[in-house]
Amino acid sequence: MTEHEIDEVTGQQTTGHEWDGIKELNSPIPRWWLYTFYVTIAWGIAFMIAMPSIPLVNDYTKGVLGYSQRAAVRADIEEARADQSAFRDRIEQSSLEEIRDIPDLFDFAVAGGKSAFSVNCSQCHGAGGAGAPGFPNLNDDAWIWGGKPAEILDTIRVGIRSDHPDTRFNQMPAFLADELLTREEVSNVVEYVLKISDQSHERDAAARGQTVFREQCSSCHQESGKGNRELGAPNLADAIWLYGGSRDEIRRTVSLARNGVMPAWEDKLDEVTRKQLATYVHALGGGE
Amino acid sequence: MAGLTLYAFGDDTMNGLALFGLGVAAMLGLGVAGGAADEGMRIHAMLFAGAAILAVFFLINRIYEPKVSLAGGPDTIDYNDSVVRAGAIASVFWGLVGFLVGLTLALQLAFPVLNFDTAWLNFGRLRPLHTSAVIFAFGGNVLIMSSFYVVQRTCRARLAGDLAPWFIFWGYQLFIVLAATGYLLGITQSKEYAEPEWYVDLWLTIVWVTYLLVFLATIWKRREPHIYVANWFFLAFIVTVAMVHLVNNATVPVSLMGSKSYIAWSGVQDALTQWWYAHNAVGFFLTAGFLGIMYYFLPKQAGRPIFSYRLSIIHFWSLIFLYIWAGPHHLHFTALPDWAQTLGMVFSVMLWMPSWGGMVNGLMTLSGAWDKIRTDPLIRFMVVSLAFYGMSTFEGPLMAIRTVNALSHYTDWTIGHVHSGALGWVAYISFAAIYFVVPPLWGQARLYSLRLVNVHFWVSSIGIVLYITAMWVSGILQGLMWRAYDNLGFLEFSFIETVEAMHPFYVIRAVGGLLFVIGMLVMIYNLWRTIRGEVRAEAPMAGTAAARA
Repeated sequence: MTEHEIDEVTGQQTTGHEWDGIKELNSPIPRWWLYTFYVTIAWGIAFMIAMPSIPLVNDYTKGVLGYSQRAAVRADIEEARADQSAFRDRIEQSSLEEIRDIPDLFDFAVAGGKSAFSVNCSQCHGAGGAGAPGFPNLNDDAWIWGGKPAEILDTIRVGIRSDHPDTRFNQMPAFLADELLTREEVSNVVEYVLKISDQSHERDAAARGQTVFREQCSSCHQESGKGNRELGAPNLADAIWLYGGSRDEIRRTVSLARNGVMPAWEDKLDEVTRKQLATYVHALGGGE
Repeated sequence: MAGLTLYAFGDDTMNGLALFGLGVAAMLGLGVAGGAADEGMRIHAMLFAGAAILAVFFLINRIYEPKVSLAGGPDTIDYNDSVVRAGAIASVFWGLVGFLVGLTLALQLAFPVLNFDTAWLNFGRLRPLHTSAVIFAFGGNVLIMSSFYVVQRTCRARLAGDLAPWFIFWGYQLFIVLAATGYLLGITQSKEYAEPEWYVDLWLTIVWVTYLLVFLATIWKRREPHIYVANWFFLAFIVTVAMVHLVNNATVPVSLMGSKSYIAWSGVQDALTQWWYAHNAVGFFLTAGFLGIMYYFLPKQAGRPIFSYRLSIIHFWSLIFLYIWAGPHHLHFTALPDWAQTLGMVFSVMLWMPSWGGMVNGLMTLSGAWDKIRTDPLIRFMVVSLAFYGMSTFEGPLMAIRTVNALSHYTDWTIGHVHSGALGWVAYISFAAIYFVVPPLWGQARLYSLRLVNVHFWVSSIGIVLYITAMWVSGILQGLMWRAYDNLGFLEFSFIETVEAMHPFYVIRAVGGLLFVIGMLVMIYNLWRTIRGEVRAEAPMAGTAAARA
């Protein structure tokens, strides 16, 4: 059965096996293949001696280099902290106004604030702070809870309708759902809000709505509708809307209320980071 | 129709046992459907019962139909090719399904609105459908089909068993349907590439063990003195997949009537078991199994002897020994202990040459037949498939090195790597094997059109190149953006900015995927005309050039 032929093309002997017409040559293994394989094995052994590798009963071999991933990460983090510590100490000791006036400190605070904003805030407020329906635009100069650096810092610290004991809190009633107003009264007051925000409206209904507004809304939003920051009541007379300024959206807000939330960051971000955030947000363009 | 032989019926006892088994299966399915703890289980139990009842009908039909065989003289072996034919059709069908779902996902990543806000079509459910459809449905059917084709011819023995091969084929299709419908219904173990729940795992185990037994029994009754290298690889693939499947899916069902179960492993042990499984799914399902395919079809098509028997032996044993330890490289920089990460990386690097042994043996087999790359598009598929195999088995060890992994992990680079292996290697060698087997299986002398094979080759090659280059660029860009710090030590980009930066590459990738699907449609057309026995009037490939030379 075993016949060792010589293959004409390669000059190699066959093994004498044949399966369905397939034969095999008995060529030697290519040298480069074999030596590369040996080199990877030698490297493997060397690497195992150098690094933690062999599991033992209660422990493992630590390796000549004594590498530990956790220690390496810890060292990296410490190094990064050390690089920033001078700036961070100065931010901790400075007021927000002082930070604003010292150029290198301001640059550092804005860079750190931008980074922290990307990780923690951009999910709702957008990467550039331009907001989205329900999430305020931080670039404009409309501030529900105040746009001074200290006010921004405090909003970041305590959040809005959060679980923080000092949280910024207010609650607009759901006028229709809670049966404080009838459907018709809601329609009228919506026309009035359209009127004071300088949009097209039905004149008669708006006139009737003014009465409703005075009785039900003005205690927070003021007679003029320009709002009250002490209470967190938004200005209704400008063209800026958190939940949308169309007739339908305003009707929805009056009928069902909105009451969005923002988390308190006091326990999640340290004070230096919050100060950087406040500096960054204030510098976005709308800060007061 | 010379040599028409009337066959005796299969073993009556076997038929009786099979009918009894199917009856029990149908009762079991109906019983569970009646008392199912959740809607998913009810649907699956009914599917199972329905499949068993259908099988009863077909079995009875088969018993009362005289079997006709086209075997020639007394020396000719009557190969069991009917199940191989079914496998070829299933391979092509599931291939198209898997590629289409992949294209949908690629488009969803570029344009998320394409999930149409429905739970069934969201990325989380379609993604396992895509991976399972291409790996297990397409790849699995190609492997079962070609291993049945190859083992019979290289052992000169008819496939063992009469009903068993059909049980494997249909049992495997049922596994695919249960898995796929489960994903869409939201039934999952949440283990990558092992998403099907406990009862589907059990069913696959039964099918797979039958597959192993049929394969072993066929080798056992071989009329060749030696076992051919392709069969070593097929056997290694079948045995190892069984092992990793059983260990990784060790699970405790909440109720025997419900679909939900909890994995026996927990924490980092579960993670390690999972990646030990998944890496060897790649190693044995997608590498060893398809090397088996290469080792038969390449020398057959090239008409050349295998380059080196010695290399076959060394790279086979080193490959299967080293592969099984490399899984921890999927868990670099995680809770996995340092020592296990080191071992995973070291074994991955040592795996480089054993993997390349298959490429070297394949490409060197072509010495003396390199001219065929100009005239034979099947050889083109095979050569490019080996080139992609070599590239991705170099890229794999490279990405397993911890410092490289720090950049590549969790990025699109991984996706690109997987697809250069899956599209370039696995699909291409599969296409070559399917083009090879279809004409003889349907009694045709040749394919309908070699030029269409060539069209398929070029369209899909451009698709693959677009796909993987887009993923390389986007993966490395993504990795660099994630780790970018400004000069004051702050992170440069938010996550969403990195997602935005991916968009153009996702579009290019989808175009690549579309080309791959188009290639598949060309193949289906070509095969359909071939099966009908038609031959396209066309000039032979590069015939004039060859004649001039």
